[in-house]
Amino acid sequence: MKRRLTGPRGLVGFLATAALAFAACGGAVTTTAPAVSAPAASAPAASAPAGEPKLEIFSWWTAGGEAEGLNAMFDVFKAQHSGVDIVNAAVAGGAGSNAKAVLATRLAGGDPPDAFQVHAGLEILTYSPDQYLQPLDDLYAAQGWDKVFPKDLLSLLKYNGHYWSVPVNIHRGNVLWYNKQIFADNGLTPPKTFDDFFKVADALKAKGITPYAFGNNGGWEDAFTFESVLLGSLGADGYKGLWTGATQWTDPRVAQALETYKKMATYANADHAALSWDGAAQLIVDGKAAMFIHGDWANGYFLSKGFAGYGWAPAPGTSGIFHVVSDAFALPKGAKDPQNAQAWLELAGSKAGQEAFNPKKGSICARTDCDQSLFGDYSKSAAADFASNALVPGTDAAANPKWITAYKDVVALFVSKGDVAAAQTALQQACVDAGVCK
Amino acid sequence: MRRPTRDRLVSLALLAPSVIVIAVFVYGFIAFSGYASLTRWDSLMPDFTFVGLRNYERLFAIPRFQIDLGNIVTFTGLFIPICLIVGFLLAVLLDQRVRGENLFRSIFLFPMAISAVVTGVAWRWMLDPGTAGGAHGVNALLDGAGLGFLKNGWYTDPAIGIKAVVIAAGWQMSGYAMAMYLAGLRSVPQELREAARIDGAGELGVYRHVVLPLLRPITLSAAIILGQIALNLFALVVSMTGPGPGFSTDVPALFMFETTFRASNFAQGAAIAMLMLVLVALLVVPYLIHTFRHEVRA
Amino acid sequence: MTAAVRTRSTIGSISVTRVLIYGALIVAAVFYLLPVYVLLVTGLKSFQEVSLARMWELPRGLGLESFVRAWAGDEAKGFTGLAGNFANSLLMAVPAALISAMLGSLNGYVFAKWRFPGSNALFTAFLIGLFIPYQSVLIPLVVTLQKMHLYGSIPGLIFVHVVYGIPITTLIFRNYYATVPGELIEAAKIDGASLLGIYRWILFPISVPAFVVTLIWQFTSIWNDFLFGVIVTSRPNVQPITVALNNLAGSFVVEWNVQMAGALIAALPTLLLYILLGRYFVRGLMAGSLKG
Repeated sequence: MKRRLTGPRGLVGFLATAALAFAACGGAVTTTAPAVSAPAASAPAASAPAGEPKLEIFSWWTAGGEAEGLNAMFDVFKAQHSGVDIVNAAVAGGAGSNAKAVLATRLAGGDPPDAFQVHAGLEILTYSPDQYLQPLDDLYAAQGWDKVFPKDLLSLLKYNGHYWSVPVNIHRGNVLWYNKQIFADNGLTPPKTFDDFFKVADALKAKGITPYAFGNNGGWEDAFTFESVLLGSLGADGYKGLWTGATQWTDPRVAQALETYKKMATYANADHAALSWDGAAQLIVDGKAAMFIHGDWANGYFLSKGFAGYGWAPAPGTSGIFHVVSDAFALPKGAKDPQNAQAWLELAGSKAGQEAFNPKKGSICARTDCDQSLFGDYSKSAAADFASNALVPGTDAAANPKWITAYKDVVALFVSKGDVAAAQTALQQACVDAGVCK
Repeated sequence: MRRPTRDRLVSLALLAPSVIVIAVFVYGFIAFSGYASLTRWDSLMPDFTFVGLRNYERLFAIPRFQIDLGNIVTFTGLFIPICLIVGFLLAVLLDQRVRGENLFRSIFLFPMAISAVVTGVAWRWMLDPGTAGGAHGVNALLDGAGLGFLKNGWYTDPAIGIKAVVIAAGWQMSGYAMAMYLAGLRSVPQELREAARIDGAGELGVYRHVVLPLLRPITLSAAIILGQIALNLFALVVSMTGPGPGFSTDVPALFMFETTFRASNFAQGAAIAMLMLVLVALLVVPYLIHTFRHEVRA
Repeated sequence: MTAAVRTRSTIGSISVTRVLIYGALIVAAVFYLLPVYVLLVTGLKSFQEVSLARMWELPRGLGLESFVRAWAGDEAKGFTGLAGNFANSLLMAVPAALISAMLGSLNGYVFAKWRFPGSNALFTAFLIGLFIPYQSVLIPLVVTLQKMHLYGSIPGLIFVHVVYGIPITTLIFRNYYATVPGELIEAAKIDGASLLGIYRWILFPISVPAFVVTLIWQFTSIWNDFLFGVIVTSRPNVQPITVALNNLAGSFVVEWNVQMAGALIAALPTLLLYILLGRYFVRGLMAGSLKG
């Protein structure tokens, strides 16, 4: 009967916590004071490990080359800073979308990791940089990064006149991958424009070959591929203008891009809704489809399958343009180990760090001075393009999260419904809601 | 006469913590969400500027939300009757003095004991339609059984979408209706059935005229519980399909989660939550009032 | 039709109706067991054997690799196994079930045996907590837990499950205590027993069945919860198993047989409880549906 004792004692505890909660809640409702206290002021969560310092690095690199690259960077870090225990707080799931939700709740909950992965650019807006993040201008100056990152990239990284993240790698989003065997057998060359693309596609279709591999069961692929089509239709400046208000989404070239995208879908494998991007890439490997427009992490996929029969070209109409998807690390306010977190960011931006990470991840360096002998053929050509092309941001880098979400939802719906006028109106509305378009 | 007064105080003191906790964490929080839905709070930084019903106006203009509402109505409209009918039929079968009744009952009911996430993972792969490379899962089974014409894209086909989720949800919850009905059938007095038979009613007639009317209250309360589960559908969709092609498997709870905790649009998320609350209230409040009246009379 | 009735009561004789009844029951049972079969055979197959197209085939040899992989993880691939999350779920579900059962017992006792003006209305107010979509409390919940320094931790999850478990546990115990004859209580009162004395010496000792029902029900619901887990705990090392399983399923690179094995691991504790103590589980189920 001793167990009964736990009852009353528990009750007292409950009374206390409930009263506390009541006070907290009341305060938030009646005043305009922020309900989420500044992270610096809040104590670490109950679960935070006490004792020896641990450096917690948050990312969505949980598997394959990404995880290997991250581990390679951990090794370099441990060699430089012995005695620091690194906690790999990686969250798996769809291109980081799970991880981003987790991170937002952790920051809002006053439980930040020491450093976290973010897409370079305006994705930091997801995390209210003015409140939750440390500006990194001093670090950039001290490390001389403004000299080794391309100018276009530096301007993508700036928000409110400050740097908020350190890019560790570069991926290219606008790449056309093709099965060389199929192209050779049919005497075709990779299309340079969308007109060419449809000519090639018709030729392949006539031979009973699926012209275009597509997989969109992850939910994000629709909007991602559409960015390449937008680029082909509007060019670098027109595309960039979409995100700054210089180009309106009501522009006829947007309608044209939507029409093109809709037409492309008619050449795609019928089961695209059941496939993820790697499933679509597998169609190229198996020779079941001829062309695939996707980011260059597909290169890593082909290599991992021991497949060498693929060729690449810029997505139709986007030659001379490099659609940048860059992973970066940012430093939250209230990090438990700010010194080592800063050391981690230094490593992420350093030549040694990027040379350790990128060959494994299958990406190229954000710096332009990496040793190219470490990289494969595709990466070498991508690095050359990166140094010379016009760089444009992917959506994650170009817009705030509210806008990105609306944009992605509109395109995902368009892919399934195919209503060009409705999609264009909704895209413009999303821009207006974001306060960018009038 | 001091004792009853003291006992009265003790009884209230025992109840107090729970009352306070419920008042704050249920009613206070609902009020907070309701208020948040009327503000401009659209980033991690709270912004309690009052904007009236603007978030609701926006919400109803978003195609994804319109689709979600349609989906949840479709889902609920299929899920409740399917569970009730399957549950009722299984209960009637089990009520025929079958051998191994316990085993059968346990088999029909066990899915309720496992997590919706487990259900989602299992059915995600079973209803994976397969690709050009060959049929998968249930499709492969249909092929094998010579029923290839029944093959389809399941949740990857926008025309099916949420209806594929009904299969998994029905698998998980129909046993609940079965258990309710079985308990109901067992409580029908044998004399009533006998009396009906003596009056010349066939077995079907006994069910139609004697058993079914007596089961009406069970049908009502089971339908309410199932409806509440349907309207709050979340974990199963997250783990099984995600929003699906063209949001064909999306539901308000998932949209609320993504809006709030992914896009940090708290005010909009709160608005979705409040509309979910209204949907459930439309279903449950009349029922609770009904039950409460009975309680008082009892 | 009287003939049919007679056949029914004749034990051992086989009629067409009987065959149809058993046939239907067996077909239904196969349908309900299908996913378990798939989870099991997929988990037991060796990695070379795993193929979506051959999902239904029995494994040729027994291989526990998938289970080991799901449980222990794969360092090279950077995914941690479910072992830690399994422990988290235990650390969360056991205390939360115990505390909420205790609270429910005390509440149920007062609501059943110490009614006061407005107690029925108050009880109904509790019951409403059973039906609300939890989405309507999530945002303030995150804010409040953070202020209480419980956010992102297992104690935070315990707290949440206790709070939102109050309605159901109170309901189960109130209905249970309502069946205890009032005379028993009255007699004890006349003997000078206090409110707590009556609970301690009369009701608590006969509450074992209600505690078993409540504990099983709460343990099962809390173990199976996904929503609170995903909202309250964001660090992978404190997440309950349902959340970790979902993350596993959401990643491209974890083989689907490992996901299946993980699903079975996540289902195992509640499944075992159900197999061993099924009838108590059913009683909890009935209690959850108020009065028929």
